[in-house]
Amino acid sequence: MDAITADDVIVGAGGAGLRAAIAVCEADPNLSIALISKVYPMRSHTVAAEGGAAAVIKENDSLENHFNDTVAGGDWLCDQDAVELFISEAPNELIRMDHWGCPWSREPSGRVAVRPFGGMKVERTWFAADKTGFHMLHTLFQTSLKYPSIKRFDEFYTTDLMIEDGRCQGVTAVEIRSGQMRPFAAKAVIIATGGAGRVFPFTTNGAVCTGDGMTLAYRAGVPLKDMEFVQYHPTGLPRTGILITEGARGEGGIIVNKDGYRYLQDYGLGPPDPWPRKMAMELGPRDRLSQAFWHEQKNGKTISTPYGDVVQLDIRHLGEKKIDERLPLVRELARSYMSIDPVFEPIPVRPVVHYFMGGIHVDIDAATPVSGLFAAGECACVSINGANRLGSNSLTELLVFGGRAGRSATKYIHSGGKDVEVSVIEKQAEDAQKRIAELFQRTDGQETVSGLRKEMNDAMEAGAGIYRTEDSLNVACEMIGMLRERYASVQLEDKSNVFNTDLIQTLELGAMLDVAHALTHSALSRRESRGAHQRLDKTERDDEKYLKHTLAYHTGRGDPRIEYLDVVITKSQPGERVYGGEQT
Amino acid sequence: MSEATVALEVLRYRPETDEKPTFQAYTVPYRDDWVVLDALNHIKDNIDRTLSYRWSCHMAVCGSCGVMINGEPKLSCHAFLRDYYPGKLRVEPLTNFPIERDLVIVMDDFMEKLDSVKPYLIAKEDRPLSAGEHLQSPAQLEAFRPYTMCINCVLCYAACPQYGLGPDFVGPAALALAHRYNLDSRDAGRDERQEVAASNEGIWECTFVGACSQVCPKSVDPAAAIQQTKIASTADWYKALLPPWGKR
Amino acid sequence: MSRKPYMRKLPTWWWLSQRRYTIYMIRELTCIFIGAYAVLIVIGLLRLSHGRAEYDAFLDALQSPFGMVFHLLALLFALVHTVTWFGVTPKAMPLWLGERRVPDAAIIMAHYAGWIVVSAAVVFLARVQ
Repeated sequence: MDAITADDVIVGAGGAGLRAAIAVCEADPNLSIALISKVYPMRSHTVAAEGGAAAVIKENDSLENHFNDTVAGGDWLCDQDAVELFISEAPNELIRMDHWGCPWSREPSGRVAVRPFGGMKVERTWFAADKTGFHMLHTLFQTSLKYPSIKRFDEFYTTDLMIEDGRCQGVTAVEIRSGQMRPFAAKAVIIATGGAGRVFPFTTNGAVCTGDGMTLAYRAGVPLKDMEFVQYHPTGLPRTGILITEGARGEGGIIVNKDGYRYLQDYGLGPPDPWPRKMAMELGPRDRLSQAFWHEQKNGKTISTPYGDVVQLDIRHLGEKKIDERLPLVRELARSYMSIDPVFEPIPVRPVVHYFMGGIHVDIDAATPVSGLFAAGECACVSINGANRLGSNSLTELLVFGGRAGRSATKYIHSGGKDVEVSVIEKQAEDAQKRIAELFQRTDGQETVSGLRKEMNDAMEAGAGIYRTEDSLNVACEMIGMLRERYASVQLEDKSNVFNTDLIQTLELGAMLDVAHALTHSALSRRESRGAHQRLDKTERDDEKYLKHTLAYHTGRGDPRIEYLDVVITKSQPGERVYGGEQT
Repeated sequence: MSEATVALEVLRYRPETDEKPTFQAYTVPYRDDWVVLDALNHIKDNIDRTLSYRWSCHMAVCGSCGVMINGEPKLSCHAFLRDYYPGKLRVEPLTNFPIERDLVIVMDDFMEKLDSVKPYLIAKEDRPLSAGEHLQSPAQLEAFRPYTMCINCVLCYAACPQYGLGPDFVGPAALALAHRYNLDSRDAGRDERQEVAASNEGIWECTFVGACSQVCPKSVDPAAAIQQTKIASTADWYKALLPPWGKR
Repeated sequence: MSRKPYMRKLPTWWWLSQRRYTIYMIRELTCIFIGAYAVLIVIGLLRLSHGRAEYDAFLDALQSPFGMVFHLLALLFALVHTVTWFGVTPKAMPLWLGERRVPDAAIIMAHYAGWIVVSAAVVFLARVQ
């Protein structure tokens, strides 16, 4: 098998991957980049992000505010040195996006506008109407077209990392349209493959979010960090999980239960007025809002629909003009998918899985413990989001850490060292090819992809949802463990080579099962409640034992090995997360 | 108790075994809030795992899922079964593109066309980060904002008979994107883009059929973009004839 | 290589497959009549330059059955041409008054107004002999 050689391979062409590619070009235009993605870059799930990207820009704001909001929002599980760096690099990254043409929404003065967002004391969320992710992704993709040194491999599914001699020396990927396996030999590899929301049944995530990159690193010996922390976005549409942006609440939207009551005031987020008010009520942090829903549901205060229980997001009082100007996508989505016009009726919503705070363990320079392997974006965990991410920090994270990963990879490539052994890579690729061939040759498989996937979704929803218990997690761990075993006899029905999506979905399922496995075991081990990880049997935060990151190590067929890593605390000692109250 | 169902006829093509594409019939449950994509997913998960199609976001923003439904280009995630039921749905891959497999088209030509119009900001001068963001008034933003909305779904190329008759045509989406940058107050690259945009394969291949704007799910109005570019390009031509104002 | 992309050709009668394409073709066809009428006017001018007798013969020919039918069709197609042209003008020429866009309807109405004025002027001049 002939290897494709490049100086740097980047797996994933969403916001972080594209930003990393551009960063490499700007650091050294002579380096060659192979940008590999299982879909065309414009399809990456960054495109669906709506609300905005946070960075300190206004005179009434300060870096210290952004720092404190983020650390408290993360329930003190964030590495504070990383957060310092993140908030300080954020403004320049967003200004750079303007220089690259991103159509940021503006104030009458012509300066970029910012909107309030959940858990933030001062408004600092830059936005492009309610399609910020879409505009950022297209700006990054179109800007990447300027650089001839970026060679794209669209619709290639990366199956394995090539680790040799303690270093990452490339990847193997299947060209989806021909079924051909291609080895890529490189001096450095950056993984930027996004999250894994499809592990759960109700998610804002698109089809592509199956944790492939997390699993690549995991199977290569890199630990997955803080996998138990899964963010539920409080306002997704029932059944489809389509995202209704936090921006709707930032503009003044309210959430009511079946009695028309703004119930968040009963959960430490009140008083309800004056409204809107930052850090209070509907602008509280996402974990608190999702948890409040769960309680309302238990108390029978949610509205029953054929697609599950919901509450109502009401933006009628904003008026048609404001809705069309600031939230046009929200109106369109509600009308199309729920046949409801939010100008006249409230929107039914429920919490849906949205974001993985956890991911591939990397340091402040986006480097994993494996030499030559880097990761950035949602697939990585630095950690700047800790136990709960604040809305609009993630889009900024793509830029800051995508850029850092690109620069770190460049530095690593420049630091020299031995050349890549192409023949070794080609041999490893043949082994990878054999594993795929085995799938094709199997004729007596008992399991179906759709069957296993549904069982995984159900197990995760039941056992590792918004609230967890020792029992529910034990059951989930066991179920996922069994599903992993059963995966070994999944039957491929489509045996063709050209654009075989049965094959791709089968490989994605394998990745999801590994992610789910790390998640459930990490959750079981963390016997406290913190941020998005809430347990009914251990309701308090335990800083003595658990002011640490969970590290899950792949052990092949067995359960993951769980270890712990201290959180980096610099300026902010763990305190109470205070929302609501009278402050404006 | 029988469940309501709806019939789909889907064009299949397996290059390794088929000489040419043929239709295959499926029956799926009818639900009034299902889109065609939900029906396709139902087929793939419960009836026929060999059906291949593209999709991701299920909310009409990623542009993956373009197909022909009863002869009309649509996003499968945005075409509601209730608008066709109880009639039959004929689902085919987008016209004017080579079929790779089943409902999957070959996108190479479009990606090249997109690349050819230099769809990135070409600034007047290098602006340092310390200078902060460009100032751009809400009106200046509004001038080009509609043209930023393109999700690259290529329904417009499927609808455009000129692209069907002459695949060298740069095409609606690529030309609309060039126009988007030309109108951006921060950009100074119109001259550079004109080479391709105002070429014979560019705007001048367009005869304003207008189908592109009619099928666009994001109201980008590429037809308008192209006509505006024609006028601007013609004005350029006249200006070039008048020394000393003409530059070329 | 197992890939074998399949290209479906656009059928010859593609413009009959959808109403929007048929309407487009009719719109395009109108230019034939516009062109023919322009040629007719040039011929008229030529005849006029050869003297009254030839011009009168030309006018007589115009009133033949064939001439009447042609004129009716030409008028019909010219109307279609004009209406469709006016309809799309706002797309080609968006106008801005300060911060707001001039509504499409205003631009189209302005064209109709101008047409009425010019037509009235032509009729007036024609009647003043």
